[in-house]
Amino acid sequence: MTASAHDASAQLLDQVNQALAANMPLRIQGSGSKAFLGRAVEGQLLDMREHRGIVSYDPTELVVSVRAGTPLTELEAALDEAGQMLPCEPPHFGEGATVGGMIAAGLSGPRRPWSGSVRDFVLGSRVITGQGKHLRFGGEVMKNVAGYDLSRLMAGSFGCLGVLTEVSLKVLPKPRLCTSLRLEIDLERALLKLAEWGQQPVPISAASHDGQALYLRLEGGEGSVNAARERIGGEDLDPGYWNDLREQRLAFFADPRPLWRLSLPNNTPAVALPGEQLLDWAGAQRWLKSDADAETIRAIAHEVGGHAMCFSAGATASPFQPLAAPMLRYHRQLKAALDPQGIFNPGRMYSEV
Amino acid sequence: MNILYDERVDGALPKVDKAALLAELQAQLPDLDILHRSEDLKPYECDGLSAYRTTPLLVVLPERIEQVETLLKLCHQRGVPVVARGAGTGLSGGALPLEQGILLVMARFNKILEVDPAGRFARVQPGVRNLAISQAAAPYELYYAPDPSSQIACSIGGNVAENAGGVHCLKYGLTVHNLLKVEILTVEGERMTLGSDALDSPGFDLLALFTGSEGMLGIVTEVTVKLLPKPQVAKVLLAAFDSVEKAGRAVGDIIAAGIIPGGLEMMDNLSIRAAEDFIHAGYPVDAEAILLCELDGVEADVHDDCARVSEVLKLAGATEVRLAKDEAERVRFWAGRKNAFPAVGRISPDYYCMDGTIPRRELPGVLKGIAELSERFGLRVANVFHAGDGNMHPLILFDANQAGELERAEELGGKILELCVEVGGSITGEHGVGREKINQMCSQFNADELTLFHAVKAAFDPSGLLNPGKNIPTLHRCAEFGRMHIHNGELPFPELERF
Repeated sequence: MTASAHDASAQLLDQVNQALAANMPLRIQGSGSKAFLGRAVEGQLLDMREHRGIVSYDPTELVVSVRAGTPLTELEAALDEAGQMLPCEPPHFGEGATVGGMIAAGLSGPRRPWSGSVRDFVLGSRVITGQGKHLRFGGEVMKNVAGYDLSRLMAGSFGCLGVLTEVSLKVLPKPRLCTSLRLEIDLERALLKLAEWGQQPVPISAASHDGQALYLRLEGGEGSVNAARERIGGEDLDPGYWNDLREQRLAFFADPRPLWRLSLPNNTPAVALPGEQLLDWAGAQRWLKSDADAETIRAIAHEVGGHAMCFSAGATASPFQPLAAPMLRYHRQLKAALDPQGIFNPGRMYSEV
Repeated sequence: MNILYDERVDGALPKVDKAALLAELQAQLPDLDILHRSEDLKPYECDGLSAYRTTPLLVVLPERIEQVETLLKLCHQRGVPVVARGAGTGLSGGALPLEQGILLVMARFNKILEVDPAGRFARVQPGVRNLAISQAAAPYELYYAPDPSSQIACSIGGNVAENAGGVHCLKYGLTVHNLLKVEILTVEGERMTLGSDALDSPGFDLLALFTGSEGMLGIVTEVTVKLLPKPQVAKVLLAAFDSVEKAGRAVGDIIAAGIIPGGLEMMDNLSIRAAEDFIHAGYPVDAEAILLCELDGVEADVHDDCARVSEVLKLAGATEVRLAKDEAERVRFWAGRKNAFPAVGRISPDYYCMDGTIPRRELPGVLKGIAELSERFGLRVANVFHAGDGNMHPLILFDANQAGELERAEELGGKILELCVEVGGSITGEHGVGREKINQMCSQFNADELTLFHAVKAAFDPSGLLNPGKNIPTLHRCAEFGRMHIHNGELPFPELERF
């Protein structure tokens, strides 16, 4: 356990119980690195950063349990030291990014289509509920089907279903070899190649296209990576590209127009979008810089079987893709089950939830 | 404590007039296949947990989703409980019928609707068998990764309901990791899509919540699964050990070397001998434990990893390390493991298969605990272990024809699960809670946690008509169960009145 480890769960529980008694909404926050996502929340600040530290980590079990306020950099450093990693390579969006924020936002980096998402690596959680109880779900084991899976449900719920205080995550060894390359082929051709490679055991772990060239990362054993590198060709690429893509630091992201994220099915062909686009996840995630209105962008995403979320604060009143009526009803019922008084980040995702 | 539905502790069920319901179903759904005579209902009185049987009120065998929709609407209006069932291979009694409920058999929905090799997905009806998906994808060199040992018979709808696993979970994940989208019908007969064709979907991750919810939140009507490229090669190493502790440590050493095997299985001496007698896999029958380690992927990597793992196994004290020399031997090595259950069935009139998970480091202590319990209860226990992911399958050997042996086996099984919980594990890794482990849920979760589970259930099914009594015990059941299982002199659920 690290020197700065601190268990503040009792204080957090106190603050939640006071908020429940006063019927006062809470704005749950770590460092605020992802505060720009979603809708603004009115409420008393519940600062998670005092509740921090790695609770247990045994590399041979491939499991780490960590408090929500722990800086993501601290967790990643501990894993790195043991030769392991968070395979979903979550974006930080700020130096102080916390583990709790990573789970709440549920965002994954370039490896996601091959490794799985943040939620895929969640094994267990501790949560303060809207009943004012500090409960434990899931566990520290790979396989566990006892009870409903409330831990994975927490991923991407933006704090609307409870206060996540601790999470147990599956981790994996870092790949033995990693190499990145740039291949100058147009988008149509790149998507065809990606569909072809996707059906073969080619060790791709990241694939992006910026309109000019295809960027690829290969990861695995020496034999497979070297063979694929030789077969695919292209020029060497600075691996820093993937961090810049994940953290939205590439020149593309400097465009002043609002940023949209389109999540589309695998193998969706090139789509004409009203603005500049950058492809990640082999095309399953497309970033768009556009002044077009939300309806236009969502209609295009819907047309090809996907959905769209706005990543620029204030650009639209409902940054999350709106839900169909029955779906929204079940969201509200679920929220009411876990947070009957509606005090946890009310309206962060949807005004009704 | 009996696990059959007991209204006294599990809650009152609605009283249903069978003749009236049958007449109404026949009128509203004239082309629906309905079984109602007792001789026709008999084959459906249990699932894979055959020690427990209940004759359902009616069995329906729909062939069109519209029939299910109408049926659910009618049952919702009339307050009739509905238990969904796929192939009925589940081992935890998740599809155990109710005397006052309809058994909704989804097995006739057996069409593969679409295989898209470039999109790497398959869209199938819920009654499609697990293995049939991989067979349909095989021409494209693709497959569906989760492979529960019942994969030849079990259906994908049931896999979703139970979050089924298999022997390759450590590397390839459980059902929940291999789904894109599930179409469901709610208790009210309303259609809803969870997940999407993309890698994520807006709102809460209801697909994750729904996976493994044991038919309590809705009925699966269609499943879109991810397909993966078949690994180029797979090789299997067999290592023998003179103690289970050494074998357990070797597993940790393989992981520490940065290698994630496709499959990593352990068997103890009793299982080894039973499997060898049955399959003649070439197992070393004198070994206290064997490890089977499958490495899969691109040929060059697999070759390197085999050399690394062999070295690790030898350093860990393996008395023998063998690489399957060809595909035939590889298949034989696996056949021994995959047939361990029926092999044990040959050396005992009956056996009871458990499904606890533990942090791997706790293995030596847990095996010792199991050995002590085995002695105390006078019943042999063979251990088969998904060593990579900590999922144990102790097989308790007993003879149901001997008065009291089944009860003893169940009590022993319950103790083993409680031992798993004590060391930080779970009462079920992949078989589900169903009715089988309904009492042990009281050991793993406290009253507040169980109360929250009931609230989640009520958010989807306020009248509690979908598979009542499964998965989550009532607090009254726990109070009663706790009275028989007092830990450290403390009564669990002290706030509840006792019966």
